[in-house]
Amino acid sequence: MSSIRLSAEQMGAALAKGEITSVALTNQHFDRIAQVDTAVHAFLHLDKEGALAQAASVDAKRAAGEKLGPLAGVPLALKDVLTQKGIPTTCGSKMLEGWRPPYDSGVVTKLKSAGVVILGKTNMDEFAMGSSTENSAYGPTHNPWDLTRIPGGSGGGSSAALAAFEAPLAIGTDTGGSIRQPAAVTGTVGVKPTYGGVSRYGLVAFSSSLDQAGPCARTVLDTALLHEAIAGHDPRDSTSINSPVPQVVAAARRLDVKGMKIGVVKEISGAGFQAGVQTRFEESLQLLVEAGAEIVEVSCPNFEYALAAYYLIAPSEASSNLARFDSMRYGIRVGDDGNRGAEEVMNLTRQVGFGREVKRRIILGTYALSSGYYDAYYGSAQKVRTLIKRDFEAAFAKADVLVSPTAPTTAFKIGEKSDDPLAMYLNDIATIPVNMAGIGGMSLPCGLAPEDGLPVGFQIMSPVMQDDLMYRVGGTLEAALNSKWGHTLISQIPDLQVR
Amino acid sequence: MGSHFDLTDSRFAGALMALNFAQAMEKYEPTLGLEVHVELNTNSKMFCSCATEFGGSPNTQTCPVCLGLPGALPVVNAKAIESTILIGLALNCSIAPYSRFARKNYFYPDMPKNFQTSQYDEPICVNGFLDVEIDTDEGPAKFRIEIERVHMEEDTGKSLHVGGSTGRIHGAEYSLLDYNRAGIPLVEIVTKIVPGTGKYAPQVARAYVTELRDILRSLGVSDVKMEQGSLRCDANVSLAPIGSGELGTRSETKNVNSLRSVERALFGEIERQANRLANGERVIQETRHFLEDTGLTRPGRSKEQAEDYRYFPEPDLVPVTPDAKWIEELRAKLPEKPSTRRKRLQAEWNVPDKEMTALINAELLDVVEETIALGAEPTRARTWWLGEISRLANEKEVEPTSLISSANLAEIIALIASGELTDKLARQVVEGVINGEGSPADVIAKRGLKVVSDDSALMVAIEAAIAAQPDTAERIRGGNIPAAGALIGAVMKATGGAADAAKVRELLLKHLGQA
Repeated sequence: MSSIRLSAEQMGAALAKGEITSVALTNQHFDRIAQVDTAVHAFLHLDKEGALAQAASVDAKRAAGEKLGPLAGVPLALKDVLTQKGIPTTCGSKMLEGWRPPYDSGVVTKLKSAGVVILGKTNMDEFAMGSSTENSAYGPTHNPWDLTRIPGGSGGGSSAALAAFEAPLAIGTDTGGSIRQPAAVTGTVGVKPTYGGVSRYGLVAFSSSLDQAGPCARTVLDTALLHEAIAGHDPRDSTSINSPVPQVVAAARRLDVKGMKIGVVKEISGAGFQAGVQTRFEESLQLLVEAGAEIVEVSCPNFEYALAAYYLIAPSEASSNLARFDSMRYGIRVGDDGNRGAEEVMNLTRQVGFGREVKRRIILGTYALSSGYYDAYYGSAQKVRTLIKRDFEAAFAKADVLVSPTAPTTAFKIGEKSDDPLAMYLNDIATIPVNMAGIGGMSLPCGLAPEDGLPVGFQIMSPVMQDDLMYRVGGTLEAALNSKWGHTLISQIPDLQVR
Repeated sequence: MGSHFDLTDSRFAGALMALNFAQAMEKYEPTLGLEVHVELNTNSKMFCSCATEFGGSPNTQTCPVCLGLPGALPVVNAKAIESTILIGLALNCSIAPYSRFARKNYFYPDMPKNFQTSQYDEPICVNGFLDVEIDTDEGPAKFRIEIERVHMEEDTGKSLHVGGSTGRIHGAEYSLLDYNRAGIPLVEIVTKIVPGTGKYAPQVARAYVTELRDILRSLGVSDVKMEQGSLRCDANVSLAPIGSGELGTRSETKNVNSLRSVERALFGEIERQANRLANGERVIQETRHFLEDTGLTRPGRSKEQAEDYRYFPEPDLVPVTPDAKWIEELRAKLPEKPSTRRKRLQAEWNVPDKEMTALINAELLDVVEETIALGAEPTRARTWWLGEISRLANEKEVEPTSLISSANLAEIIALIASGELTDKLARQVVEGVINGEGSPADVIAKRGLKVVSDDSALMVAIEAAIAAQPDTAERIRGGNIPAAGALIGAVMKATGGAADAAKVRELLLKHLGQA
């Protein structure tokens, strides 16, 4: 009997009771990956040897009676933007082909000490730039709900792995929605913690002031368990917050929102959102009201400028962060024939090593930072950022959490928007403000859109270092939805053709 | 105009005018600007825990952070902040309650991230000053050098260009990179423009760098070794016609690797600029390279296009916000100013100006002070360090302080003062200590160098000398006292210099009935 469809919490319990070993559970997942990943293409690299060694070590510790955490022995899929010592880390780019980092990221260090079994590295848009995983240099990932559709991005590999039961847990990173939008379009749960809540050490930077690693799973509770496993201060990351981790597991188990005020952000719902997305969002609000919450409407007028400001700040930082990929110390090297100088080899390598979207953003960012334009572009964008923070402060004065649909549409077809960057950027319209303000954001599934039968995501936003609030609301809504449907949403996913 | 030559054509500049420095200073007024880079002597680098020791094997003092590996993040070295604040306080700066790092973006292989993390428009220390004193024709004069800013940044790695004739990247066959230096904390101290120095500009610049170096040394924040690059000075200078009130176009001279070079480089550069101006040419704003052998400067690599460093605040670091109370604690810890200390020591030791200058230039103040603190008599202490020890150090081409410890020298000086050693014997003891024969006591014992003070032993030698030169002895008996010199010399020779000459004289004269 395969255990792959259990929740991570259930797997942890079965492991604790000795009903299954981690080695067996890990093998079941590798079997599943072997069966479906040719079609899904969630993984870029599998570390069978390392995973089974970790599983065996956890089993041995358990057999010796050692006290282990709730996720010890549970498998996980790691987004290929986080370093794991000795394991290829490509960031979905040709540039880093063959690079094996000599060190573990902060997240991986925490995962290893929690006994989590890392199966391998998942596909992503190159350097986390994209909303569909089509920008991966290694080919797109397919949405397990409909293989002709995108799994979201940039963390489409992680979300697809969860939806395809290739892993019960995954790590994503979210710069403008790269955890939440993939979760929304694959019917899974994803959380972008408060900026500074999870170490960025070893997270290959796209936009340092916006990037945040976070937990992904199929249930709110699993996401909370993973959140607590990876969160906490890391002295190697100066922007890491040195204060206690919010009690998100307890919040996810609370299943009670009585008296909570839930703010609907006027500017990120309604017009411009797919009808079925809006329908499912409003139904969810109704369920929260029935659970005892009060719905208030809030206005965040500066969100209008969020997308524009984001596409100045993120590319600006990226243009600098990605400068280090010059072929001198690691990664590929092109044109070093003994006759060319270093500068020419750098140029050739960057021409070949970076994909179109990455180049587009480097050029955009280089321009925005250049002298004479800095104030008009980067400077103005930073002001917008401050205004967005103030909008959130004002909104949180009226509501405990804020909500919106996660993405304007359900999963679109692969190739549908790949030639239209602006249409692609609009996917993140509802998720970007959260990154700009450094607050927490969650997406959880709230049903299938009636018109296309594809998953819809519900976004919950909570103030800085009050991530527990979104888990409390998310856990309650998930329970209400499951009880309304009589099943979980993910259980309705069509069976994948098994090889 | 009938001439074949257009006299304003720059090609004939050399033939037209050749101003020497003094002549140049009759026409032009120089304005200085000095940028000093100091490598801090923290144990670890600016943003990681790698060692900072000089001279390690290439790329052995590196980690993911200073190699700029993907995903690695910087963390500011708290000790570097403390050192920088100390420097700022010693230079009378205001310490910013909020300052930030920025990224200076440009591609170069010795810079692992292709950006340098440096403070830019929000430095940690601003608006200070440093007073220096120089000798002028009218006697000692004080100049106030205003400090614009003191900021922190990280050093780059080092490139070694192999092949080609110049050792520069152009024409090299290949380049080797050593990232040991990448990420070493650097502090940059930038002056405001320094006007009004006139012909003393080179001396003022030298005095400033010297005083700055002494302050940095007294703070203990840097090795301040110009020859190793832990203290580097870029000298900016521009000229304008005297009385014009204008500011000319400046050049920036790099590769100035000693205090003397600061002065020489400015002499050379001022002369060069004056000659261009006098011949109707423009001074080009450029970086120039000081040539140690000729004392001239040559243009640096010309930049084909203006660099746009695209500075922006470093998002991986939080702002530096030192606590006001901590700053006051650091202020209270500031050591005595080097200029104050020099004046105090000169008075305490009663040293003539010239000798004080010699001590300062030889960098012997610390060790002389230490030797005196260990009980040595001041005049002897400084005479020994400045004389015999410096002479030996010069011979061996090492630093005087590396030859002998203050404690050993203080012990030897004490034995001289008590009459147990003569100067001549003491020199032998010093030699023995330097040769590694042990402590002064060991050397004295092994070499048998005690002053012979036993009268009977001396009398044996005196009687032998008299027996050898009976005529001389007779003359002395006859009242020719100066003739005693020959006999005293013979006794000294016989005792190998281990006798006290005055004692020998006393005994000899007494023996011959002349005392």
